[in-house]
Amino acid sequence: MQKNLKTRTVIIVVTILLCVVGIIGLPTSKADLVDHLKNSIRLGLDLKGGSHLVMEVQVQDAVKGDAQQTVERLQQEGAKQGIVWNSAEVSDPQSVDDAGKVTITIKGVNPTKSSDFRNLVSTEFPTYILTTVNSTDYSMKLKPSDLIDLKKLAVQGSIDTISNRINDMGVAETSVQQYGQSGADYQILIELPGVDDPARAKEQIGTTAVLQITGVDKQHDTAFTSRDDALAKLGGVLPLNETLVRSKPRVRGQGEEWFLVGKVPVITGKDMRNARAGQGDTARTWQTSFTLSQDGGRRFARFTGDHVGDKLAVILDNDIVSVATINERIEDSGRIMGLGSEEEAADLARYLRSGSLPARVTPAFENSVGPSLGADSIHQGIVAGIAGLLAVIVVMLAYYKRSGVNAVLALFLNTIILLAAISYLHAALTLPGIAGVILTIGMAVDSNVLIFERIREELRTGKGVIAAVDTGFNKAWWTIVDTHVTTIVSCAFLFLFGEGPVRGFAVTLTIGLFANVFTAVFVSRTIFNWELSGRRGMEALSI
Amino acid sequence: MELFKNTNYDFLGKKWPFIIASLVLTVAGFGSIALKGGLKYGIDFKEGTLIQVKFANPPQDNKIRSAMLQKIKTEVSVQDLSGNGVVNTVEIGTEAKGQGESQLNTNQNTMRAVLTDTFGQPGSGKLDLNNTSEEELTNRLRDPLARAGVALNEDQLKTLIRNILGEMNTQHSGLIVDFSQLSSVAGMNSGIMNTLRQECYLAPFHVVSAQMVGPKVGAKLREKAVLATLYALAGMLAYIAFRFEWIYGLGAVIACFHDTLITIGLFSLFDKEISMTVIAALLTLVGYSMNDTIVIFDRIRENLKFSRKESLEAVMNRAVNQTLSRTVMTSGLTFLTVIALFIFGGPVLGGFSFALVCGIIVGTYSSVFIASPIVLFWHNYADSRRKTPVGGGPATPRVETVRKSPTKAVR
Repeated sequence: MQKNLKTRTVIIVVTILLCVVGIIGLPTSKADLVDHLKNSIRLGLDLKGGSHLVMEVQVQDAVKGDAQQTVERLQQEGAKQGIVWNSAEVSDPQSVDDAGKVTITIKGVNPTKSSDFRNLVSTEFPTYILTTVNSTDYSMKLKPSDLIDLKKLAVQGSIDTISNRINDMGVAETSVQQYGQSGADYQILIELPGVDDPARAKEQIGTTAVLQITGVDKQHDTAFTSRDDALAKLGGVLPLNETLVRSKPRVRGQGEEWFLVGKVPVITGKDMRNARAGQGDTARTWQTSFTLSQDGGRRFARFTGDHVGDKLAVILDNDIVSVATINERIEDSGRIMGLGSEEEAADLARYLRSGSLPARVTPAFENSVGPSLGADSIHQGIVAGIAGLLAVIVVMLAYYKRSGVNAVLALFLNTIILLAAISYLHAALTLPGIAGVILTIGMAVDSNVLIFERIREELRTGKGVIAAVDTGFNKAWWTIVDTHVTTIVSCAFLFLFGEGPVRGFAVTLTIGLFANVFTAVFVSRTIFNWELSGRRGMEALSI
Repeated sequence: MELFKNTNYDFLGKKWPFIIASLVLTVAGFGSIALKGGLKYGIDFKEGTLIQVKFANPPQDNKIRSAMLQKIKTEVSVQDLSGNGVVNTVEIGTEAKGQGESQLNTNQNTMRAVLTDTFGQPGSGKLDLNNTSEEELTNRLRDPLARAGVALNEDQLKTLIRNILGEMNTQHSGLIVDFSQLSSVAGMNSGIMNTLRQECYLAPFHVVSAQMVGPKVGAKLREKAVLATLYALAGMLAYIAFRFEWIYGLGAVIACFHDTLITIGLFSLFDKEISMTVIAALLTLVGYSMNDTIVIFDRIRENLKFSRKESLEAVMNRAVNQTLSRTVMTSGLTFLTVIALFIFGGPVLGGFSFALVCGIIVGTYSSVFIASPIVLFWHNYADSRRKTPVGGGPATPRVETVRKSPTKAVR
């Protein structure tokens, strides 16, 4: 028993040390300690203050956009093969639920060309299903699998773009993620700690035009080393309708580069349809090709036609990401050639794509808690917690005397383990999480009460102290297992099917219950053993 | 100290008054829900817009309402939250009622604007210090501070602004009535104070929190919370059925259901809102009630091993008596914690602790007077069917249908 006791003590001490390190780290000063504590116990937005936003991606926009592009291409291809029709229209979806109903209706196809037309669609537009309405009219719809892909892509694209924009706002610990099931839900959950008036955030998230392509000044198309350098060279005055924009450094430590560019962009994010990276015409060169909308293409053609040999700048969120020379007149599809690496080409493609949201995003849910309310909640919560805990300690000590100390120690250890686990898991403590903590403490007290009552019963039957403690623990064990397993089973379901707050509750409760089995059974038992081993054959137990 | 030593109360004999009390409570609760036209949902379930505003003086609800109604076309509710440690705080809300998300979003911005127009100084050109953000205040003060000769670099400026807002949020609940309340802020000097007075004013209110729930998200949240709870109950039923007998699982789950229903009924009777935190409390209550029931069931199972001749009712009574001390201790202690939460926990935890206060009382007696009688009724019914010859097999002794608890225990 003595050896057994030693092993048990070592396990307990190691656990305590691990937990304490988990919570406060290895502080070297008082300030360090406070710092570590703040870092390890992260508070949820409901306690700290901040905003939860859920934005809905209007995926029907992306589906409609695809359909419109298809109509444009269909018209070009049809014209090449001499197939003509009277009208081709895309239906106008009203809500997200209508995304699957977007239909292209083509009327008045010459009946003699009908087989050519069907061939054209099946070879050039394999993602669409063609339905014959009558001899001259047809309708086209996206295939279900392609529809799902397109919607997923729209949501993912929106998440990427919004992440970029939020990072630019300089808020720490933000998160942007899919909300609900991928492919079935089109919502994005955005968390902004410390932002209690998300109006600006919503504005920034929802805007579609932060990508700009604009001309670089003809006379000054090389980079300036700084803003001051530029002003000095320009004689202190910027030309009308032109502005200075800094280039985003490609390599860390690279000197600043500023360009004098036109204020009015030729192309904005909403004109950009797609962009992809690819291999250049000669070996080891890379390029990024892009396509523009019909309208954007017309504007771009006019501009590039007038400015062959000049430079243009791609600006994303007020930083130049690329400067290229115009080699020829470009219509709706062009390419930026001579890029240094595959990575550079891929980055540029991503910039071009991410500048535009593939679909509108609209706010669907918002919960903003001001830091003052958070501070009040924490303060009140702590007062209530301490008052409750004190009451529990007083009653336990009064009712179970020396053994009560045992229970109180187990309770403290349980709380420490719980906090350490939250810290190790990088989970955040939220209000529902605190609910989980309260239930944990309730069940921890209960486990001790169960054991003590059992020991008392055994003592009453006339058993010796050691035998009574032994039987008490053994008999209470299965009850404790049953209550804990039942609750863990329910937590598993809450975690699987629940959402946000319900999940937080389930996580803290599960951790607490595991800690509880350890403290109430293992630790408490060890303390009893330790007490009893000192005085073998002790007559009375303070319980 | 021991309160209950070898008690021998006839608990199950007194089940009827409690069952009737439960029925009365359930009917009263549901009657109240029906009369009030449904439950009062918190904003997270209801769909709509809501802002919580703290005022420096007792708020004039009617003035707020009429000001809001001039700008917002739909119904506007203004509710005073004062009491329970909260002072001068109101909740202003509009319900969705067929409005889309974008309209709700607009409503929220309108509400803030109306408050500024009515209570602030919109024409003064100054910034409202009680309703500003870190970024806004920093940008506002940067140049004036420089002009006033207060030399601060960008980092020092940011620290100063953070200290000012931090002091307001932690010491004054985000609302100050006089600039002199900021004199103890670290780094404050007369130059900064004068600039603050020049550039800012103090509106007599502070927006504490804001929420907007669009129709889609509201419905999804409701659905998910209910589904998760039902699955969790089913999971527990399965586990208890596996460890005991299916009727024990059913009894325990019905008892939990009973507790939840009564608590929800009490929410309606006392006119309290069901919010997401209340759902967390209901889940806590389910866990607690289940725990209580299993302790008693465990004892019944243990007693059944040794007392083959006793009637099930007597065995159950003995189990309840044996665990009485534990039941009173655990419930009492948990109740103490929850009461502390109810008294000191403040408004955010108000609904949460109310649910637990009700739940613990109901949950404790339901284990004895709801869960156990269900098991008893079923066994009595099954026994009486066995006695009447309907062609069933030979009557098996009741005891053997109960699974034995494993005797080997782990230390």
